Amino acid sequence: MTKKRKKRGGSILSVIYCALVYLFLFLPITVVVANSFNATTSKPYLSWKGFTLSWYVKLWENESLLESFGNTMLIAIASTILAACVGTLAAVGMYKYKFRGKSVIDALLYIPVVIPEIVLGISLLTLFTNIHVPRGHLSLIIAHATFSIPFVIFNVRARLSGYDNSIEEASMDLGANRIATFLRVTLPVLAPGIGGGALLAFTLSIDDVIVSYFTNGQVKTFPLKVMESIKSGVSPDVNALSTLILLGTILLVVLTQSDLPGKLRAMAAERMGK
Amino acid sequence: MREKKSGGLSRHTFRSNTLPALCMTGPVTVWLIIFVAVPLLYVAVMSFCSIDQNYNVVFRFTAENYRRLADTNYIQIYGQSLLIAALTTAICILIGYPFSFLIARTKGRKKGLLYMLVIIPFWTNSLIRIYGWRTFLGTSGWLNRGLEALGLIDEPLDLLFHRGTTVLGMVYCLFPFMVLPLYTAIEKLDRSMIEASEDLGARRAATFVRVVLPLTAGGIFSGSIMVFIPCLGYFFVSDILGGGNADVIGNLIERQFQSGNNWPLGAALSITLILITLLLVKLYQKCGGDMESLGG
Repeated sequence: MTKKRKKRGGSILSVIYCALVYLFLFLPITVVVANSFNATTSKPYLSWKGFTLSWYVKLWENESLLESFGNTMLIAIASTILAACVGTLAAVGMYKYKFRGKSVIDALLYIPVVIPEIVLGISLLTLFTNIHVPRGHLSLIIAHATFSIPFVIFNVRARLSGYDNSIEEASMDLGANRIATFLRVTLPVLAPGIGGGALLAFTLSIDDVIVSYFTNGQVKTFPLKVMESIKSGVSPDVNALSTLILLGTILLVVLTQSDLPGKLRAMAAERMGK
Repeated sequence: MREKKSGGLSRHTFRSNTLPALCMTGPVTVWLIIFVAVPLLYVAVMSFCSIDQNYNVVFRFTAENYRRLADTNYIQIYGQSLLIAALTTAICILIGYPFSFLIARTKGRKKGLLYMLVIIPFWTNSLIRIYGWRTFLGTSGWLNRGLEALGLIDEPLDLLFHRGTTVLGMVYCLFPFMVLPLYTAIEKLDRSMIEASEDLGARRAATFVRVVLPLTAGGIFSGSIMVFIPCLGYFFVSDILGGGNADVIGNLIERQFQSGNNWPLGAALSITLILITLLLVKLYQKCGGDMESLGG
């Protein structure tokens, strides 16, 4: 009896504890979302002046903000595709073949993951200035791909650990060449790993502050635009855009990770059958 | 890149593997050499260079940059940065361990949801979330306004721009990097181990210290590495919440590469930071840490 009561007391305590941690995690986001509905128009946009949706409309007139968002998306998509291609090839190649210098590549892979981002940022900055790569979209795409490639490789590698080589041999015995085998046998098996790695790369890219800060030149990504506006007070249209980005990311992850497309397809197939 | 013939009597071994191996691992090798190895070596070289009157880097050997690091100002900021990182890591462990334990022990679909709820905040840009803290804690911020409205305080509390606020921001930014490895380690923990320990008469505290803690130590180590190291470089947290004091090593580096415009000095600061990182990673590996688990 007493033991049961003790247990219930413990579980209430743990619920409270978890709730407090989630409160801590979500508090600033609540502030950001709430401020996107703030009717205030005077800097630094801190005091609450009532509810409005107007910032979601004004957002579309703020061209430099929209441009920064466009830059962020362009750089995220390009660097993710690049990292996914280079990373997938590398993961498969390193899994299948033994060659000299493999351990060196392996060691190099951990550098962008382990060293503080600022070191990666300044080292790329010195490289780009030295070999005269203009700082802008190109340098940002290269920089983002650099920190994303290892994460793609780790994800694909995890998928490869249960990989059965005999299906490739079967494909080649049946007359497919190496490229066809890679595209039509290896890739589909690895797709979830590649997808997971690409999703991670994409979210890392759209959120990156530090590496972009040193490699951007005149091009502003959305995080850098936020950084610039912090001095004068972040205006609520930035909050509105952040809220929309958050919703977009949640949607993207729910759609890609919960196998919703698969379920929809199954539903459609069922309906067609009837 | 030469490859050794791997064994196996597959019908296809007669085909050369050199070309496909090169096609697959060539791009990543070139990429890592050009964009990781070469730039870092260049920074190392630059840390021994001088600058002319126009702040241009000139290749004249000097150890002056490293000598300047021995300046008490720099040493103080290094010490403070390490202290902030240690505090942040300790707080993340203390809050994160019981928390990870509770979500890892939740049953059914709720567990996946609770886990997702830890990650979701990190899909909002980190700067704007840090700014959210500033909006909340500032003298005319929402917390102070709320407390004033409730009549609990007469004057706004001065909550911002302390070293403590920087630590708060760091804990906030890096908390999930502690929770995720802890969660993985705790989830792997075999329940029967705990039962065995209890059946053999150990008290709960003894079971925790002698069974649970050693079995989840790997999670604590990788979480600590993933919190401690970034903490030394996150200059924007201290910029936004610390009130413009240079609190972490990242601030020092950022200044030399932006306003200070002394790249060789910034390079020397960066090399020192790399050495600290290497030392910590070596320590981590000595404790039996696995590099794979740092890769997410």
